[in-house]
Amino acid sequence: MARITAGVTTSHVPAVGAAIDMGRTEEPYWKPMFEGYEFSKRWMKDNTPDVAIIVYNDHASFFGMETIPTFALGVAESFAVCDEGYGPRPVPVVEGHPQLATHLAASLILDDFDMTVLNLLEVDHGLTVPMSLMFGEPERWPTKVIPLPVNVVMYPQPSGERCLALGKAIREAVQNFDEDLNVQVWGTGGMSHQIQGARAGLINLPWDTQFMDDLVNDPETLKYKPHLEYMREAGSEGVELIMWLVMRGAMGDQVDEVYRFNHVPASNTSVGHLIMTPKES
Amino acid sequence: MTKPDFRQFDDLPGTTIFTIEKAREGYELNQFCMSLRTAENREKFLADERAYLDGFPMTEAQKQAVLDRDFQAMLDNGGNVYFLSKIFASEGKSYVQAVSTMTDLNVEQYQAMMIAGGRNIDDGWRSQAERAAFEAAGGTDRNAPAGSQSTTAESTEGEDA
Repeated sequence: MARITAGVTTSHVPAVGAAIDMGRTEEPYWKPMFEGYEFSKRWMKDNTPDVAIIVYNDHASFFGMETIPTFALGVAESFAVCDEGYGPRPVPVVEGHPQLATHLAASLILDDFDMTVLNLLEVDHGLTVPMSLMFGEPERWPTKVIPLPVNVVMYPQPSGERCLALGKAIREAVQNFDEDLNVQVWGTGGMSHQIQGARAGLINLPWDTQFMDDLVNDPETLKYKPHLEYMREAGSEGVELIMWLVMRGAMGDQVDEVYRFNHVPASNTSVGHLIMTPKES
Repeated sequence: MTKPDFRQFDDLPGTTIFTIEKAREGYELNQFCMSLRTAENREKFLADERAYLDGFPMTEAQKQAVLDRDFQAMLDNGGNVYFLSKIFASEGKSYVQAVSTMTDLNVEQYQAMMIAGGRNIDDGWRSQAERAAFEAAGGTDRNAPAGSQSTTAESTEGEDA
């Protein structure tokens, strides 16, 4: 039986990927941020999952305006890396897990989550930057990945309630998969940031900290937080944080917080990162 | 069933929310941006911007906003920043370089504000009413350097992509 062993959340700032790719992680601007992920890389070496279900959003990299899926699931053998305008990041191709992915997509659809099935998907910094932060720069990624893109770019995004419920359904679906697999769920994006308009540069660290506390200890209270509150308090792009709720839903009721890190700024963004494990019931 | 309320976001100062309505308005502008995902098209665009833009059924206001690199005008005409990023990426510019042009800070001032902790929401940025009161009281953003005036200076900070 497959089992969910841990959850990870992290911001997915594109400039972080650029700093890694250009060998600038030791520079004074970047060093404190990357040091915050040293624990995580060590932890991940000891806890490498067979499969990571990575909840992320595409940033007009693969999906144009033609088709905007609210929730989608990548079921392919592999996922190439997008050219986001600067050329593709020089990272390994992302390998999928079609057996678990198809099981997951089918389970979720039968459970009334109307997933868009992606037999073709290229992934962008939303997915590859978290992988770089957790795995460093390997020649080949040490884990298979099931990408789960969420529309957070165009309003209306899915509700927090729906995101949390999707996570719970993912937990059940993984547990119903017959093969013995160690599975993690990652929620990416956030924390507070706004990259447009006269209010650009908004950071709200007290709000971010409260969000992390609630995510760990009291996720049900986050379920009815309206999109407007994310946008008002955490910036127009802070609404990405609904993706962390999918991860949290997949952890079950109680979790142990393994690690937490915050850093301001990376580019325009408040960086937040959590590792948690489901509490044995 | 919830009736959509697109006007609720009007209360956010200095913010343009990319609603499904705005997405309709910006369809052609954003699709032009998507075309810049190949090196070949980026070269074509930069070689003759007007001719390249004329290949897309965009409004004149959308085209002019692109030619002027007026990102706020692009947002006003239905653009979304993730799509628009393909324009500044074509020129090798970072988000900070492009985003700062939408504020009243130049890029060095904007970068200094970020390093000092970012724009503080308690400086009148929570709602239109808070903004009006803050401005009426002559307040200035605490993390922004004094004498903020937008210029065209280029950043040399370490975060640039």
